[in-house]
Amino acid sequence: MNAHRKDVIGRADGTVLEIRDLEVTFTTDAGQVPAVRGVGFDVAAGEVVAVVGESGSGKSVTARTILGLLAETAVARGAVVLKGNNMLTLGARELRAVRGDDVAMVFQEPSTALNPVYTVGWQIAEGIRAHGKVSRKEAKARAIEVLRKVGIPEPEKRVNHYPHQFSGGQKQRVIIAAALALNPALIVADEPTTALDVTVQAEILELLREVRDDFNTGIVLITHNMGVVADLADRVVVMYQGKIVESAPSSELFAAPREDYTKALLAAVPHLGRNSASAGMVSRSGQEKEVLVQATNLNITYPGRLGSPSFTAVDDVSLQICAGEVYGLVGESGSGKTTIGRAIAGLNKVSGGSLKVLGHEMLGFKERSFKKVRQDIGFVFQDPAASFNPQLSIGECVAEPLIVHRSLDARAARKRVDELLEAVQLPAAFAARFPHELSGGQRQRASLARALALDPKLLIADEPTSALDVSVQAKVLELFKELQAELGFAALFISHDLAVVDMLSTWVGVLYRGKLVEEGIGNQVMGDPQHPYTRRLIASLPVPDPVEQAIRREAFLKAV
Amino acid sequence: MGATTVTALGAKKPLWTRLPIISHYRMSAGLQRGMLVAGLVLSVVFVLAAALAPVLAPFGFAQISDADGQFPTQAAPGGKFIWGTTVGGFDVFSRTLWGAQTALLVIIIAVIASIFLGVFLGLVSGYLGGWLDRILVVLADAIYAFPSLLLAIVMSIVITGGQSDLWGGILAAAISITVVFIPQYFRVIRAETVRLKAEPFVESAKVVGASTWRIMFKHVFRNATRTLPLIFTLNASEALLTLAGLGFLGFGIEPTKAAEWGYDLNRALSDATSGIWWTGVFPGAAIVLTVLGLTLVGESMNDLADPRLRMRRKSRRRGGKATA
Repeated sequence: MNAHRKDVIGRADGTVLEIRDLEVTFTTDAGQVPAVRGVGFDVAAGEVVAVVGESGSGKSVTARTILGLLAETAVARGAVVLKGNNMLTLGARELRAVRGDDVAMVFQEPSTALNPVYTVGWQIAEGIRAHGKVSRKEAKARAIEVLRKVGIPEPEKRVNHYPHQFSGGQKQRVIIAAALALNPALIVADEPTTALDVTVQAEILELLREVRDDFNTGIVLITHNMGVVADLADRVVVMYQGKIVESAPSSELFAAPREDYTKALLAAVPHLGRNSASAGMVSRSGQEKEVLVQATNLNITYPGRLGSPSFTAVDDVSLQICAGEVYGLVGESGSGKTTIGRAIAGLNKVSGGSLKVLGHEMLGFKERSFKKVRQDIGFVFQDPAASFNPQLSIGECVAEPLIVHRSLDARAARKRVDELLEAVQLPAAFAARFPHELSGGQRQRASLARALALDPKLLIADEPTSALDVSVQAKVLELFKELQAELGFAALFISHDLAVVDMLSTWVGVLYRGKLVEEGIGNQVMGDPQHPYTRRLIASLPVPDPVEQAIRREAFLKAV
Repeated sequence: MGATTVTALGAKKPLWTRLPIISHYRMSAGLQRGMLVAGLVLSVVFVLAAALAPVLAPFGFAQISDADGQFPTQAAPGGKFIWGTTVGGFDVFSRTLWGAQTALLVIIIAVIASIFLGVFLGLVSGYLGGWLDRILVVLADAIYAFPSLLLAIVMSIVITGGQSDLWGGILAAAISITVVFIPQYFRVIRAETVRLKAEPFVESAKVVGASTWRIMFKHVFRNATRTLPLIFTLNASEALLTLAGLGFLGFGIEPTKAAEWGYDLNRALSDATSGIWWTGVFPGAAIVLTVLGLTLVGESMNDLADPRLRMRRKSRRRGGKATA
């Protein structure tokens, strides 16, 4: 099928991808929905083109079109020319020949992109053997070679391992290895680091940069993270509602954005060290006030399955939240930050130490006695879409705490619901709408309204903005800040995003593998981290400024 | 899978467009719409036949004579008896129509009885969990292990001693079917409840401090019952088959109390060898078409409720390959 067998280390040249007037339309229950409307850009060999935009901007659909991976309900028009082949007109056989050989894809979620029942070597070799006659042995040798290239230690041994034996970052390396196996001219990376922790993200970005430099591969990088763009991209294509708003070299775009949309987008990105809530503070405030949460040597373990030991999610953590204070808890996935938040809300059991919430001991917790305390605790969940009952209107959802604790009837609750919606800047008419009729940002506002319905003393916000687009996130954070200043509730703000935590909280705790490794005033922790882990965490966070990021990257690589 | 259905339809549209079958019809296309329409037509004919049997049927279900005297036995179709008569002198056409009525009654009673108990048990078992859940699951599995017809026979003997009048027979058949169906509803609702229990909106109700019963019925129940119309139609056809099976084996309703297709088929057994086809074909076809109709409706509802299986009208396309 494909006679041209390239050498693994061969370099591609010239323009590898040309997209012209691409239009993609989806047929849905609501009729024809245009997803991409007249998009066109080029990718040269050895160039990283970042396609950025908010959810629904058509960036992922554009990326999938490059591989001919559109859903059955989609129709594409225009031209996507990859090394002389128009991907829109190729048949299934020709597409198979082109995929892997000329273009490869790196997916967002490394844990689901690999088949758990085959070894990684088998999966890489499968791609190699699908393109031309290669013996099993030879394919494996080449799999080992690419695994070594992407920095997997001991590739001869690791090639026979199964996906679950690799960490998240290593899995993403394996996927990049599989993409590189046939040395394609173009790699399409769809949010390649979104599912990874920041420290791992920095390593994967470095790997992608090496791939570009060593193999002269063109990379289409789909992302919503402007920090990642600043770190890696040579050129940036900004998309909005299926159209290209602006297309410019990376340095130019960040320094002098031309379009209003791009300006607003860049302004909304939280930037570490700017707009800190604790700016100018030297000591922890509000220490004399009532202590709302007091954790002393807190331990939380999840029981293991038969035969396997239990898992310690929170290990010997002591912290304290006073009335009116915003406590920011940061950490990577698996650090135990969400577990602490859930334990304070009575959703997780405490297994050791002591956790006092509003004077109530949570060790040996009984729902019946805790119920009264619940009205003083508000909780904002990560995913606003899932935290509302889809069968109830927003008004009913927001009124739920009032009905449960104040036993108000629907009409009496209605007045309070209108007030609450007004407080979170939603029109009162939204009370009659259903959750799915609201946008993500609106839903998270409504979620905030519900959490504040009973004027709680303590609000727990578990990654409240990580499911939202940047511009929406900025507005929700703003609102959160305003409400906190106005109502004076204490808050536990949980996030993996250091910049966001710094914007909101005065006192910050850093969690690492269940242990609280550092605690301090926000600007001091961010500006002068003491623990090596905090230092690494802060150094690996990409900032949305290519010049500054280049300096930070050098420093990070030197430190590692 | 129901969530997307609701999302796509929106709440502002009039209520009637959101009713189960109508909403399914409105989003169907191509072969799927054909299947749904065919199923609906067959089902509507069945319901109409049942409802209008007293008007449409020329004779009663147990009538063997009129003013002109005794009906002939095993008369070929034609003339006064358009589908012929049976060995006992019953009019086949009338009995087939009246049989629809019996079938419909049994289906309604059986499905309603099993739906309430099954849904309630499933909800409680799934949400509370623990030993209650384990016991109920084992019980449901034990009932599954029996052949459903055997169970139905045992139940009908227990309830009526084998033979009975119209309501006794209908209730016996319905209750024996109920016993077989409760585990089905139980399982479906329990699985949904266990899934929903981990959803953030249930947790948020917990954090708010809502009571267990409130969470169960206000938050879980309304989200767990989306698949019910589907099981409802599929079970309706199975209820009909069980009823016919009972009648065929002689555990159904006495012929003088009500018409029943399974019984008629049983009586037609000996006719088949002597070339008398009309006594068996008509009740048999009635069973086949009714089950086919209900199953088609159920299956197409199943496919339409899942956005991945749902066909959509194609947009204007240029070069089909581009859509691959």
